[in-house]
Amino acid sequence: MTAIPWLSILMGVSVLGALGVSFLKNDKLAKQATLGVSLLVLVLAVVMTVGFSPNGDRFQYAETYDWIPSFGVHYAVAVDGVALVLILLSAVLVPIVVLASWHDAEQGKRSVRTYFALLLVLEAMMIGVFAATDVFLFYVFFEAMLIPMYFMIGSYGGAQRSYAAVKFLLYSLFGGLLMLVAVIALYNVADKNSFLFPDLIGAVTDPTTQKWLFLGFFIAFAIKAPLWPVHTWLPDAAAQAPAGAAVLLVGVLDKVGTYGMLRFCLELFPDAAKWATPVVIALSVIGIVYGAIVAIGQTDIKRLIAYTSISHFGFITMGVFAMTTTAASGATLYMVNHGFSTGVLFLVAGFLIYRRGSQFIADYGGVQKVAPLLAGAFLIAGLSGLSLPGLSTFVSEFMVLLGTYQRYAVPAIIGTTGVILAAIYILWMYQRTMNGPTAESVAEMKDLNGRERWVVAPLIALIVVLGFFPKPLLDVINPAVKESLVNVKVTDPAPVVAVKEGQ
Amino acid sequence: MITAPTIEYFALAPLLVIFGAAIIGVLVEAFAPRYLRRAIQIPLTLLSLVGAFALVILQTVRGVPTTPAAMGSVAVDGPTLFIWGTILVLSFVSVLLINDEDQFVPSAAAVPGSAEEEKAITEGAAHTEVYPLALFAIGGMLLFPASNDLLIMFVALEVMSLPLYLLCGLARRRRLLSQEASVKYFLLGAFSSAFFLYGTALLYGYAGTVDLAGISQALAVAGGTETLLIVGTALLGVGLFFKIGAAPFQAWKPDVYQGAPTPITALMASGTLVAAFGAVLRVFWVALGNDSWNWAPIMWGVAALTMVVGSILAITQTDIKRMLAYSSIAHAGFLLIGVMAVGDRGQNSLALSGLLFYLVTYGITTVGAFAVVTLVRDPGGEAWHLSRWAGLGKRSPKLAGLFAFFLLAFAGIPLTSGFFGKYAVFSSAVALGQGWLTGLVVLAVVASAAAAFFYVRVIVLMFFSDPSADGPTVVTPSWATSAVVGVSAFATVALGVFPQPVLDLAEKAAKTLFVQ
Repeated sequence: MTAIPWLSILMGVSVLGALGVSFLKNDKLAKQATLGVSLLVLVLAVVMTVGFSPNGDRFQYAETYDWIPSFGVHYAVAVDGVALVLILLSAVLVPIVVLASWHDAEQGKRSVRTYFALLLVLEAMMIGVFAATDVFLFYVFFEAMLIPMYFMIGSYGGAQRSYAAVKFLLYSLFGGLLMLVAVIALYNVADKNSFLFPDLIGAVTDPTTQKWLFLGFFIAFAIKAPLWPVHTWLPDAAAQAPAGAAVLLVGVLDKVGTYGMLRFCLELFPDAAKWATPVVIALSVIGIVYGAIVAIGQTDIKRLIAYTSISHFGFITMGVFAMTTTAASGATLYMVNHGFSTGVLFLVAGFLIYRRGSQFIADYGGVQKVAPLLAGAFLIAGLSGLSLPGLSTFVSEFMVLLGTYQRYAVPAIIGTTGVILAAIYILWMYQRTMNGPTAESVAEMKDLNGRERWVVAPLIALIVVLGFFPKPLLDVINPAVKESLVNVKVTDPAPVVAVKEGQ
Repeated sequence: MITAPTIEYFALAPLLVIFGAAIIGVLVEAFAPRYLRRAIQIPLTLLSLVGAFALVILQTVRGVPTTPAAMGSVAVDGPTLFIWGTILVLSFVSVLLINDEDQFVPSAAAVPGSAEEEKAITEGAAHTEVYPLALFAIGGMLLFPASNDLLIMFVALEVMSLPLYLLCGLARRRRLLSQEASVKYFLLGAFSSAFFLYGTALLYGYAGTVDLAGISQALAVAGGTETLLIVGTALLGVGLFFKIGAAPFQAWKPDVYQGAPTPITALMASGTLVAAFGAVLRVFWVALGNDSWNWAPIMWGVAALTMVVGSILAITQTDIKRMLAYSSIAHAGFLLIGVMAVGDRGQNSLALSGLLFYLVTYGITTVGAFAVVTLVRDPGGEAWHLSRWAGLGKRSPKLAGLFAFFLLAFAGIPLTSGFFGKYAVFSSAVALGQGWLTGLVVLAVVASAAAAFFYVRVIVLMFFSDPSADGPTVVTPSWATSAVVGVSAFATVALGVFPQPVLDLAEKAAKTLFVQ
């Protein structure tokens, strides 16, 4: 353990980078600077990860300073395994998104440098929200990060952008404000004059109070995740956002919701979480099946991907609330893998849409023949989305289902149908856009250029590598998840093995 | 033989400075030549405000008095000094806005559109009476929350209101609207004053005194005349609720905010609101604090209605100033929550410090927002219609960005001052640990979410819509207006990131609570 304030450095670099970029007059220079800053953040994040000892203290790289003593608020950041991998996910995705968005902002009405500056501000807040170990600080990041995303969708998005941006903001704000009441009440009930997460664990003992506070937090996270039935903002926002912003929205921002459930809902209100589990599992299962079925019916590529994510988020929440080590670790791994796989899916779809100028599946056909690399990348991304064995999402989905089965057999079995439905929505979309006779409108379509290959290659490499060898991530995640579940006071059910006589 | 009353001149010095400067201002109007008046009035007004502020600081440093001044009629205590400081700062920035001649009518007596008015414009006439009038109003604002006796409070109410009625009618553009606003404000204000006075009379009948502490003592002993107490409280409440613009007495606010010259609107929306809340707190906590089970349920309803009315009606507005007026109504509702959060001493000072902090944050952001409104102009004056603001983000990104920032602060987004203001009040209400008040906080956050919709709508208009070809121009701000916008923006950021110093001040001020 060193005394270097890694997390503050990560955020500081991003924020200073954003400031610097916003003052650059030259657009090209601004893009290059953004890419440089985001790569620097990635390198720093990797160095930080290398120094992390998975079996050491739960929270490492801790920094705690008083921020507003009157309210008991601290600037307190630290990471455990779960937060670390999510920060790493953000740090990996941002440079890729920067590269992928190279020409996106030019269609927008506002300046290019603002877009890239907003990206860096968002990166700082994404790191902050996962690193915060002060509940109040978490809330501040949770709400404040809406603003850059709101402007990215509203200023640079598609035709319905302002509607989508407002819907996104209002949904999230509403949930956030309910959480604010719960945050305030938590502080008063705990009566420790502190918002530090470790101080608050186990502070609320009254069952009724726990339930109310749990609901306050849970509704906010369910909207953020989003969980069925409060998911309706996501397809609009994701379909209207520029591809790069959509990746960060679905890949990282939504993970704040599922991360929040694991970290705050479960650990701060364990009894209430157990009380709510049946409902949450039911909602998750509905989400899995509903998201998948609705995805099959979509005609717009980006909306389709958004609905697949709703299905995937069902898996994640199911894994979190199954409260077994396997399921929770699987859910955490799922958050990371989903970020990569949906990220690459959105980005390749974005390239496709940029070329043709249409989001509708019906406008495509036979792209495979004219742009084989593009089609290949799309296929691998899609296959990762349907959890093909050998690709990273398979590992996590399998873990979630396995872990859930240990405790809730029936939901796990129903959830498994989501895997089959996933095959339908992905392969059917692929078939309609890439196979068949080449549509006239796509006959001139160019294949992936150098920049785009650089966008897609690292993500696909990650998906494949993590598909075969997820151990490094799981080594980091597992101890953290175990510690979480200790605070929830659950133990894994003993495996039921039929012991045969004479063996 | 009548003994002369003792007057603590030092404690009252800020008031005396402001009223003295106002009287000198009137004399200047009477005796100084026309071309010199402006050059005298502006420094006089600003210096008196600075002087009064310095005196407030000096008193705070030398120790806050623990007994009321002027034979128990004016209470200069911790909260008063904090409120005085706040009002003086807000007035100072508002006066910087008043400095803009283009906002005021050249000759108020000329019929709108007449040859006489034409002549006044070409002659370059100006009403420099605006400055002494504003000073009288500010003096009233200082006295209002400090008065420790219902009659003094009534006098303060009138001293504060009468100049404001007049100032409202002095807008240079849309003069008929301005005059209408003035008349409406005067008539409704006169009614509410009458209610206040009648309430005072009934409470005198109940307690045998108009002294706030005396009424409080009477609550313990007087029996059998409950009706007088309840009706008196209700009438007093009507007068006070009118001043803060709580529903159902909010109808004047949008009309007056819309019609008044924008700098005056800024002064009313910030200074008057702060002063009126100070008075509300003094009446309901000092005089009627032991009677809270009688007034709290009514106030609960008023607060709930105010939040809902403010947040929902704002959505339908198309005039930027009317929208900000409804926003101010909604904020008054949020503030009322803090007034109800009474309990033991610790709880009271927690609630009081939250309210004081909220008033600071709201006041300063409001002045900034109205300052921006003065800058966006059509050929015929300010671009008041919301649709005219479309695409402003492309025309002048900096100004639109600042305005968006102020709106986000009103909406209470974290990292702006508005968030901590709301947080301070809501958390003090939840700290009381009563279900009925916590429920109101939940209602308040739902109303905040609804309110966010119309703030966001303006941002959508400014940033996400295309500008029209003949859109409004953004005038180059004078140094004073730039200073106002800059200071407000700075304060909104600073209080949103490092609120601790001001929170400390508010806590210190609230610690001693109101003197009896």
